[in-house]
Amino acid sequence: MRPVVAALLRKDLRLELRTRESVPAMVLFSVSTFVVFRFALDRERLEGDLAAGVLWVTLLFAAVLGINRLFVAEREQGGFDGFLLAPVDRTAMFVAKALLLFGFLSAVELVAVSVYSVLLLGPSPFQAFPGLPLVLALANAGVAVVGTLVGALAVQTRARDLIVPLLALPLLLPIVIAGAEATAPLLAEGGAGALPGRWLAILGLYDVVFGLIAVAVFDFLLED
Amino acid sequence: MEPAAIELDGVTRRYGERLALDGVSLRVPAGTTLAVLGSNGAGKTTLLRILATLLRPHDGSARVLGAELPAQGYRVRGRLGLLAHDPLLYSELSARENLRFHARLHAVAPARIEALLDEVGLAGRGDDPVRTLSRGLIQRVAICRAVLHEPELLLLDEPYANLDPAAVAAVAPLIGPASATTRVLISHDVDSGLAEADLVLGLRRGRVEVLAPPASADVSGLYG
Amino acid sequence: MYGRGLKPLSIASVAALIGAFALVFFYAPLDADQGFIQKIFYLHVPLALVALGGFVTGGVYGIKHLRSGSREHDMKSYVAIHLSIILGVATLATGMIWAKASWGAWWVWDEPTLVAFLIVFLLYACYQPLRFAIEDPDRQMRYAAVFAVIGGAFVPLCFMSVRFAQAALVHPRVLDQTGGGMPGSMFFTFLVALAGMTLLFVTLWKFELSSKHARAQLAALRRRVASA
Repeated sequence: MRPVVAALLRKDLRLELRTRESVPAMVLFSVSTFVVFRFALDRERLEGDLAAGVLWVTLLFAAVLGINRLFVAEREQGGFDGFLLAPVDRTAMFVAKALLLFGFLSAVELVAVSVYSVLLLGPSPFQAFPGLPLVLALANAGVAVVGTLVGALAVQTRARDLIVPLLALPLLLPIVIAGAEATAPLLAEGGAGALPGRWLAILGLYDVVFGLIAVAVFDFLLED
Repeated sequence: MEPAAIELDGVTRRYGERLALDGVSLRVPAGTTLAVLGSNGAGKTTLLRILATLLRPHDGSARVLGAELPAQGYRVRGRLGLLAHDPLLYSELSARENLRFHARLHAVAPARIEALLDEVGLAGRGDDPVRTLSRGLIQRVAICRAVLHEPELLLLDEPYANLDPAAVAAVAPLIGPASATTRVLISHDVDSGLAEADLVLGLRRGRVEVLAPPASADVSGLYG
Repeated sequence: MYGRGLKPLSIASVAALIGAFALVFFYAPLDADQGFIQKIFYLHVPLALVALGGFVTGGVYGIKHLRSGSREHDMKSYVAIHLSIILGVATLATGMIWAKASWGAWWVWDEPTLVAFLIVFLLYACYQPLRFAIEDPDRQMRYAAVFAVIGGAFVPLCFMSVRFAQAALVHPRVLDQTGGGMPGSMFFTFLVALAGMTLLFVTLWKFELSSKHARAQLAALRRRVASA
């Protein structure tokens, strides 16, 4: 399966480099959302709960943008058929898309968190290391798995743009809850608190449960 | 009697209440060409997609290259080449990149790509994005994609669409009668379809109306 | 085929519901803190539990559909989720009434069970839009089944993470106190109410299935008459 996943990933990365449809849009959207929060909350600096909440809401909505585009080329340019005609394991498509989304999210967060700490974040972002990258990585894995499922479900419907956020927001809510709760002490004013371990456990459990379910059901989304 | 490449018995496919294929039975010996004729909506494309393992029959049995569909679809994938209406190419990638992607999925050596591009006269434009190519050139790339893995069974939907006479001659060794493979050929041009066929299948509203050698096939009732 | 046993089942659910109401009003004791309004508990909690059970049942039939491809399993999954959405509306409404009466606010965020229920409800509210945005009937059934499976797994995960998020539980947690605080008479009444609600759900489920089945048969007969 590995060469197939590599072939799919290489093709998707090349498409993204050429069209620049996903990552730049997600980054721009995140930055605009920070500016919106600056005025909607009427605060110039955020810390603690509020800082974590704003960060996670922004990342969640940026992820929805990425999920929305994830399968569009496959659907509109015959990628599904071309893939299904090959003598390969269909789960490879799921693995490749989930890895791709994970990579997109990580790239977006690298920029978005940097911009966030310049624009809005009160405490220094360096106090949140290495907890914040760990929480983000666990959350990204969950978003990647569930987002790939939702993207594949929605791309075959008439109202893809509508279905993706409607399905993804409730499904990803546990990630936002756990992510925000775990991040809040890290962004506290006057030094980071301890990273709450039970929230990492929730994120890990979410990743495992939905990872298994996704592998079990994804093939059915490709069949005709 | 030669071994059959395709054996259908009472194959039926519904779209909701509408019958797209209604009890289609036929037998195509290996190495021969079946021409499929019929007006729009007669079920030609549905038949082709069932043979390509992309659609499952709702009723009846279908054997393709010795494998029972849909249960043993994995055994024939990779042994058949589909040239559908949709070229199944990513428009932002070049012809070479598209073919390289499919070569990886089918585990084909890259040297074959250059040989094919040369053969269809595309070597010079192989690095241009597919969206910048004319429809005739895109059709040539799609032909390369369909025969990349040297399939035993070719499923061709209007293979000569948008091709000039010189191009038709150029692709003849790949997909023409000389390709020495079993072929299923959908054609809207009755005369050229009859000229290439060993057996003619006439479909009308999903039912077999004509099934005879070209000399004795009366196709006048299929249209209108 | 779904009609079999529908009559005794209907009678049993009516009897159980009447019995439950009689117990609620004439047998179960008044709650010491909350008084009469606490009796909504016998409606609200069975509604919620049966709705959640219906969602999970939908997921189980979703798995069965994915394994068999049969239309019947899809129908069973669909009707179970559809009914549970309706019960879900009733659950949220009764929960809000209870909240208003107990704490004076229509909605409180520190009640994890209610909040988790709202999230689950929001997810399942997308079931029908998703289903009917897919044109090909085979794909519609398959995608709905995949949704049902994902949703079925989401239910426990959601309840767990929301409950974790509550630092303090300041709530009339009648159920948690079954061993200690809740008197046996209350618990018995609750069980009868739960049984009545479950029977009602199964009756409605079978009723809807048999009506859908009859409609499909009628359509098939019509088609045959038309084509003959």
